[in-house]
Amino acid sequence: MALITYREALNQALSEEIKRDKSVVLMGEEVAQFKGSYKVSEGMLEKFGSDRIIDTPISEAAFSGLAVGAAMMGMRPVVEFMFWSFCYVAFDQIFNNAASIRYMSGGLINVPIVFRGPANGGTNVGATHSHTPENFAANTPGLKVICPSTPADAKGMLKSAIRDNDPVCVMENTILYNLRDEVPEEDDFTIPLGKSKVVREGNDLSIIAHGNAVHTSILVAQTLEEKYQVSVEVLDLRSIRPLDTESILSSVRKTNRVLLVEENKPFCGIDAQICFLIQDQAFDYLDAPIKRVSAIDVPQAYSKALESVQIPDHDRVLAKALELI
Amino acid sequence: MEGLHHDTMLEGNENKKGQDAEVESLPQNSHENPDESKTDYSTFPVNKELSIEAKIDLFRQMVRIRRFEERSLRAYQQGHIGGFLHLYIGQEAVAVGSVSCLSDDDHIITAYRDHGHALAVGMGMDECMAELFGKRTGCSKGKGGSMHFFAPDKNFWGGHGIVGGQTPLGLGMAYSIKYQGKKGSCLCFMGDGATNQGPFYESLNLAALWELPVIYIIENNGYSMGTSESRHSAGEPLARRADAFDIDWSVIHGHDIYEVRKSISDALQKAHDACRPTVLEIITYRYRGHSVADPDQTYRSKEEIEEYKKSKDPINLFKSTLIDEGVFNEENALEIDRQAKDEADASVNFSLASPFPDPKELMDDVYWETDNPSQKTSEGTMFFETN
Repeated sequence: MALITYREALNQALSEEIKRDKSVVLMGEEVAQFKGSYKVSEGMLEKFGSDRIIDTPISEAAFSGLAVGAAMMGMRPVVEFMFWSFCYVAFDQIFNNAASIRYMSGGLINVPIVFRGPANGGTNVGATHSHTPENFAANTPGLKVICPSTPADAKGMLKSAIRDNDPVCVMENTILYNLRDEVPEEDDFTIPLGKSKVVREGNDLSIIAHGNAVHTSILVAQTLEEKYQVSVEVLDLRSIRPLDTESILSSVRKTNRVLLVEENKPFCGIDAQICFLIQDQAFDYLDAPIKRVSAIDVPQAYSKALESVQIPDHDRVLAKALELI
Repeated sequence: MEGLHHDTMLEGNENKKGQDAEVESLPQNSHENPDESKTDYSTFPVNKELSIEAKIDLFRQMVRIRRFEERSLRAYQQGHIGGFLHLYIGQEAVAVGSVSCLSDDDHIITAYRDHGHALAVGMGMDECMAELFGKRTGCSKGKGGSMHFFAPDKNFWGGHGIVGGQTPLGLGMAYSIKYQGKKGSCLCFMGDGATNQGPFYESLNLAALWELPVIYIIENNGYSMGTSESRHSAGEPLARRADAFDIDWSVIHGHDIYEVRKSISDALQKAHDACRPTVLEIITYRYRGHSVADPDQTYRSKEEIEEYKKSKDPINLFKSTLIDEGVFNEENALEIDRQAKDEADASVNFSLASPFPDPKELMDDVYWETDNPSQKTSEGTMFFETN
């Protein structure tokens, strides 16, 4: 296995799928000549040409809708949002058109499209550029949503998303783009959507997280083990919709205590749904109320001094975990 | 006729840049007011070459749409149809004339006033009426309703409920056609109200920038819902906005099916031969309210509607033309009308006799994957709290 970054893993996934299937194209702002705002598509224009790697104007509504139209006709476009925050000006195209056309046509039309890009706070860019809309997307039947947290997951899940016949929203994270880890090299390496991963086994507490919150949770688990002799299981959801409910419930049944961690805002966030799921289906296994840590419930702050407090960090997650044990 | 665009001088920028030598030239080039009474569109090859059968068929299609719409209105009033019902009555020559010019690789997409386009592409009255009734036999199995008819096998991609939301989709169809190296186009229909939605301009920019074979057809019926053009749009004509993107545009009469066919076929030629977009503003009129729930008396007068019906009804005008041409006689026209009424009545009977969808079908057609479990690649839970 090669040791590569999350960014390179995405590039490999895109390159392999573009090579594999002529109906796959990548389009978005600055993806070609500029090599990608976050250099995810570096080298791809040279390799695949301007028919496949396509620079667009700053017109998210038009190019998202264009890609949906092309997908309806059988293409498999990958649309890059420079930030997922920018999907808000293309909301109608994603949430009405991509999500509902199959249903409204009684199943006559598929929309095999991927919308991808970073969806995270923590980079001091203020409220307009720090949205984490995985809950919006997952709230919309017809869409699938994934939040890979490691280079291997980024590659394997993006490849699955491109091959998927339904619209998939791939929510990446700029903070993770430089994360380096082992990634399988074979062309057919894919990871199915809807499958979570136990990234750390434990017996006393389950921390369930997605995206960058997984990495925070792992650090907290280490602290808990080293300083408090608490054995913590960390479950990385990886996929939001479909959701690996079975693995969530088996971890809860095993540890009987749950802490949910996400970098999204709390109201109607992903973890609200997971909390419902656990109390509904594993209530008798709980030895304590479910606890939750999410971003502080205000628009994303710019100042480092504020934003570092806003996003769940090691100490805040640890403090909440300690309430549980 | 406050806000009504029908007396506007028709204009266009076609040929003014000298780019269209290969396209049969229109008599009303540049910004001169065409003299409607003197332009005989029947003499242009696209119309002259029509067989007698083809001409009768154009008439029949328009009449079928009219009778379908009238019958659906009655069904709505009888309580068989719910939700919204946006009728196409008065605009028939636009859809029929346009669709009659298309070839195999030409596609169409439209907004929520979609019954006329659906019938024009060859969808059956039964499946359309049944969809309005919310029946399982409807074209979308009762899941789309009036605003969301689809027939991809007939190159008809909807039926879209959000004003202007289909304009980027039509662009994507044109992009896909070009990407596949086909000589085709996408006709993207929209109303005058949709010209004030942002994605339309983003789409025009991309259409011109990427040289995509898309033809935006603004069916200007004078009103965006209840707001007249003079109250919703600055600058006339609407199609002139395409000038900002160096896209050819023109304004034409939608009550003359020959004129519609002439303009559409010119635009198609540009799309097919040069991958160039066009914006056509087709002046037309709807006799009914925005939807049937619209009282239709707050923003226009009965006299205005009657005046249009009397002088510009597309079906009456074409009937007279065909009688004058000796294609058929009054009796033939009546017989066609009778058949259309019978067909519409039969579609209501079909719909009444059809079953409603089974509640179990609620969960079908959301994801390709859950509908095709044997080819499933994902794991996990897709639907929540479904009990």
